[in-house]
Amino acid sequence: MTGSKTIRVLIAKPGLDGHDRGAKVVARAMRDAGMEVIYTGLRQTPEQIVEAAIQEDVDCVSMSILSGAHNHLFPKVVKLLREKGGEDILVVGGGVIPEEDIPGLKEAGIAEIFTPGTPTGVTIDFITKNIKRN
Amino acid sequence: MFDKNKLEEIKLEKEKWAEEKVKKAISRFPERKETFRTGSNLEVDRLYTPEDIQDIDYMEKLGFPGEYPFTRGVQPTMYRGRLWTMRQYAGFATAEESNKRYKYLLEQGQTGLSVAFDLPTQIGYDSDHPLSQGEVGKVGVAIDSLKDMEILFEGIPLDKVSTSMTINAPAAILLAMYIALAEKQGITPDGLSGTIQNDILKEYIARGTYIFPPEPSMRLITDIFEYCSAHMPKWNTISISGYHIREAGATAVQEVAFTLANGIAYVEAAIKAGLSVDDFAPRLSFFFNAHNDLLEEVAKFRAARRLWAKIMKQRFKAQNPKSMMLRFHTQTAGSTLTAQQPDNNIVRVAIQALAAVLGGTQSLHTNSRDEALALPSEDSVRIALRTQQIIAHESGVAETVDPLAGSYYVESLTNAIEQKAMEYIEKIDKLGGAPKAIEKGFIQQEIQNSAYNYQMAVEQGKRIVVGVNKFKIEEEAPKGLLKVDPAVGKLQEQKIKQLKASRDNMQVSAVLQELKDWAKTNNNLMPVIIRCVKAYCTLGEICDALRTVFGEYKASINI
Repeated sequence: MTGSKTIRVLIAKPGLDGHDRGAKVVARAMRDAGMEVIYTGLRQTPEQIVEAAIQEDVDCVSMSILSGAHNHLFPKVVKLLREKGGEDILVVGGGVIPEEDIPGLKEAGIAEIFTPGTPTGVTIDFITKNIKRN
Repeated sequence: MFDKNKLEEIKLEKEKWAEEKVKKAISRFPERKETFRTGSNLEVDRLYTPEDIQDIDYMEKLGFPGEYPFTRGVQPTMYRGRLWTMRQYAGFATAEESNKRYKYLLEQGQTGLSVAFDLPTQIGYDSDHPLSQGEVGKVGVAIDSLKDMEILFEGIPLDKVSTSMTINAPAAILLAMYIALAEKQGITPDGLSGTIQNDILKEYIARGTYIFPPEPSMRLITDIFEYCSAHMPKWNTISISGYHIREAGATAVQEVAFTLANGIAYVEAAIKAGLSVDDFAPRLSFFFNAHNDLLEEVAKFRAARRLWAKIMKQRFKAQNPKSMMLRFHTQTAGSTLTAQQPDNNIVRVAIQALAAVLGGTQSLHTNSRDEALALPSEDSVRIALRTQQIIAHESGVAETVDPLAGSYYVESLTNAIEQKAMEYIEKIDKLGGAPKAIEKGFIQQEIQNSAYNYQMAVEQGKRIVVGVNKFKIEEEAPKGLLKVDPAVGKLQEQKIKQLKASRDNMQVSAVLQELKDWAKTNNNLMPVIIRCVKAYCTLGEICDALRTVFGEYKASINI
């Protein structure tokens, strides 16, 4: 990323949990850092998230789950993105996610997992350095 | 509370002390910060004296425990008579697994049950619904029909325990199941004690498990009020919850203000539905958060009690003192728990639990140290329960009523929180009440601002979180976290299949049709919902029937 184009991020809440304090705080911090941010709202299916990501032409999908459904839902989003031509979209996740689940999620194509206590700056830095699109 | 001459003397002496002692001390050792603030950002003075509470008329502002305005507590003898109910929120996987955990907790000395439902149950989907995939049994127990409830409470006599159920949008259905289950145990509804959360407004604001739009949701709530006032005198018909509002980032003042504003909306809705205030208000209960700022939290609980009493008496003209009593459950603050050095959370929880007890709570859930990582393990749950038992039996704070009353600091904080919360309530009134303020996004936006400010203060090091932005260590990943078997979903799906093959499906369609017909009228829906659950309609079928009549809520998104 050379800074020539504004980074577009989709903040998404897959699954049924309603805890979006973290998602909203991260969204606002990204916006304050100069990114364009779209928030899906609660209870999005992987299909809806992927559709929004492609329609909005985002560089990154950043998902948050606190219910424990991450192993089921995060990989599904990556898989669908690849099927729909969004394989160059960076996918990251956050929430209450046990350490031991992280290697499996990374293997499934989630580039990084941010657990509780991560400063918003760390997430923003990671996205800035790792987006695949020019 | 003090005579004028004495106050004048104290004032002069304080000025002298500030001039002679404080200045000298500061010149040698500067204070740690320019300004000091509470956890909720209220400014804190160096010292509080009788001057700060000189305007307090004791009888008007404090009074006696068990009497208006209940600042000092809702019971005359408080914990000298009976300790608070130690009630750990629990539930996961299947009804069978959760039943085992409940029996374990009761054996360990817990005195009430608190049922956590999984998200599909809370949102009115059966376990075999496509949206339930990956969520079944995760954050609570999966309940698809009365069959699951029978297993959940197997061997637990419902007239001997009080049961709290964290259920909101489908509260009427779970309550109906509890009533039907009690009947099978030979217990009539008037013998049941417990609570349903049943607070939809805070779902729109902060927690997210809504189903129907506000209007039919409020109707379901007032139907429950009406049904229970006639049949269930020991049942708390609602638990008006500040807990989730605070977890979403609100300050202590906002927690009190938005919770009581929601409370006002429920009272208004019930009165509009034709109920008289003293018929339902004594069964309203509340649910608050306990954060780390010990004295601010104590002041918050006291302020909330006084403010609610005033609202009920002056605004709603309640006559029965029970209608004015703010009885509440407390849970320690999940959002303050850290994934880093998780054992430190035991200390945080102890401080928060102490705040709840010093603030006069009626029941308490203490969080487990590992909740920033996963669902709590059995060992962690035991430590959390032991924390309450140590406060109850070893700390001495339960031996006298409202022990911090009269503290210059606590009383002036109590006043400040009450006053600032009242200002918010007036603002919400001007917007047309809580439902309108939610629709306009006002309440959500205020909370989001506080959450963001808090996060920035932590990231800039203005607020220290031990182990997160200071006193960090290298750590290994914690072991022994609880894992829910992913097979739970399949298991529940099989149970539903079996149920649908064995019940009287003719009767099922008949009662579901009856429910739809009643939903279009003004009839109280409780009796027909009870008929539905007794016919073993599933939760999803009942909610779907109501969805076809009521429609579904669509949230507006602001960030």
